[in-house]
Amino acid sequence: MKILVPIKRVPDPQTNIVVKPDGTGIVEDNVKFVINPFCEIALEEALRIKEAQGEGEVVLVSVGSTNSTEQLRTGLAMGADRAILVITDGMLDPARAAEVLEKLVEQESPELVILGKQSIDDDANQTGQLLAAALDWPQATFASKVEIAGQDVTVIREVDGGLETVAFSLPGIITSDLRLNEPRYASLPGIMKARKKELKEIPLADLGVSADPKVKQLKVEPPSKRESGKTVETVQELVELLHSEAKLI
Amino acid sequence: MSKNLVYIEHAHGKVQKASQVALAAANKVGGDTAALVLGQGVDEIAAQAAKLGVSKVIVVDDARLENYLADIHAKAVAQVAKAEGAENVVAGATAIGKDMFPRVAHALEAGMASEISDVNDDGSLVRPTYAGNAMATVTVETAVKVITVRGTAFEAVEPGGSDAPVEKAELAADVASKMRFVEFAETKSDRPQLTEAAIVVSGGRGLKSGENFTEVLEPLVDAMGAAMGASRAAVDAGFVPNDLQVGQTGKVVAPQLYVAVGISGAIQHLAGMKDSKVIVAINKDPDAPIFSITDYGLVADLFKAVPEMTDEVKKLKAG
Ligand SMILES: Cc1cc2nc3c(=O)[nH]c(=O)nc-3n(C[C@H](O)[C@H](O)[C@H](O)COP(=O)(O)OP(=O)(O)OC[C@H]3O[C@@H](n4cnc5c(N)ncnc54)[C@H](O)[C@@H]3O)c2cc1C
Ligand SMILES: Nc1ncnc2c1ncn2[C@@H]1O[C@H](COP(=O)(O)O)[C@@H](O)[C@H]1O
Repeated sequence: MKILVPIKRVPDPQTNIVVKPDGTGIVEDNVKFVINPFCEIALEEALRIKEAQGEGEVVLVSVGSTNSTEQLRTGLAMGADRAILVITDGMLDPARAAEVLEKLVEQESPELVILGKQSIDDDANQTGQLLAAALDWPQATFASKVEIAGQDVTVIREVDGGLETVAFSLPGIITSDLRLNEPRYASLPGIMKARKKELKEIPLADLGVSADPKVKQLKVEPPSKRESGKTVETVQELVELLHSEAKLI
Repeated sequence: MSKNLVYIEHAHGKVQKASQVALAAANKVGGDTAALVLGQGVDEIAAQAAKLGVSKVIVVDDARLENYLADIHAKAVAQVAKAEGAENVVAGATAIGKDMFPRVAHALEAGMASEISDVNDDGSLVRPTYAGNAMATVTVETAVKVITVRGTAFEAVEPGGSDAPVEKAELAADVASKMRFVEFAETKSDRPQLTEAAIVVSGGRGLKSGENFTEVLEPLVDAMGAAMGASRAAVDAGFVPNDLQVGQTGKVVAPQLYVAVGISGAIQHLAGMKDSKVIVAINKDPDAPIFSITDYGLVADLFKAVPEMTDEVKKLKAG
């Protein structure tokens, strides 16, 4: 089966995010960039499906600047077969990213697209669902278990209040939650092989997708700071304060 | 005057608080707000929605909507939004809101602002990005705007006043789902819902096991009449179910009181609870980052402090 996996370049989740004083974005100097953790999980799932079926192709896509080449190479080193980079000046909003992915699905005809549920930079949680709607495909978001038997896909989803199981027939869209799997590390032979794998670059204009955002960001600001207060010495003191001062118990 | 349509989510025969919060956000946008109820046999829900200060309630009662499925539900919302000429289509940022509303946005050729935390006077919207480390001010540039609302960001609209009229709408005959609902394994609990509770007590990796959650933490949770939450590390380790995870990628809560027990305070966890009114942490490491946002911090071994606290709370309540 051919599986398309969109991956996004984002700041490492361990980094301390600092907003630029002029409010135009976040400080990127000295920030380490990685594959969005949810996309890594999506890729791992695609690789496992391919391995279980003993055949197929895993194609990576990233939409962004040429810097994203680094994350695509890492994905190839993990085991993806080839990669496509759609080159843009700035970052596209999820609506435009989904339009790009729609064009690539038309070109590549994958049976399954697995995305992350959320990018940890914009925290949008939209792209997979937008793509599914554009293609009129079924979707299973926030997946914590995926089973594929022939054309039938069954997915357990992490939802409010428990776990929901949905099923559909291919083609379809899955977005990964945190507990779907533990992504592998790229091995040294994997890294060597990745250098020779195809990485095709496509300028955004060639796909006829506009870069104008549907949601425009006017500015970003740091969140209001929360002051930390007292340290208490004993449990008695804590409960007493919660009772008399905060009036919460 | 703008026209707003708010999707009313329901479970166990009750309108969800997230939808009452979404209504509050729509009211802050201003204009005329109608409520939309989807499902099968939902007259009772419609009656509840009618008391939420809306101009009317639109109900699509259809066997095809019995179980929530993203594609057909999104089509139903979009169909009604078009018929009504709604300019702002709004839902709570719940699992369903997040799953369905991008599809609604696509059907309406609309831009979507996810999980907004405020509406400015000029109509621009505020939403947290980078795990809440950067608050973005955005405008949706399309004629129709699709919005999901963070459950902690607005004061929920409470029922009261006169009943709004209830109208029926029909789902187009040719609409079908390509998905099949198989089952819902519900996490059963007698405790308050995590996102609706006044007090939340959460445990982290420091609890060390699922048994310790049951034997050490739960007595405190129950003594305080609280909901239970957890860090990702505790959920990943299998100590507690997934839907207890608080954080950037779990639930966002802002109770009156949040007690973090054996949780270090990674930014992804803080993203889900730092707007709580009063924050307490119990952690044996004085340098744990959680202490940078606590109102009352106790540096202690939780296995000693938590049972003590349970006793103190019980004593206090016994009066
Ligand atoms: C993409 C992504 C998304 C994430 N989303 C979330 C999310 O939504 N929610 C979330 O919580 N995390 C999330 N995380 C994980 C987050 O980065 C942290 O790893 C996690 O929150 C740590 O959980 P913890 O505090 O329980 O564990 P630890 O960091 O291991 O902390 C355990 C704490 O317990 C204390 N402790 C140990 N023993 C005792 C004792 N006997 N008495 C008192 N204290 C004790 C220790 O001092 C320590 O501070 C995410 C990470 C990534 C990469
Ligand atoms: N610019 C992009 N390039 C590649 N994939 C993307 C891009 N933006 C979003 N995605 C995919 O969509 C998922 C959800 O992103 P978002 O809707 O931004 O939260 C990500 O985990 C990726 O799989």
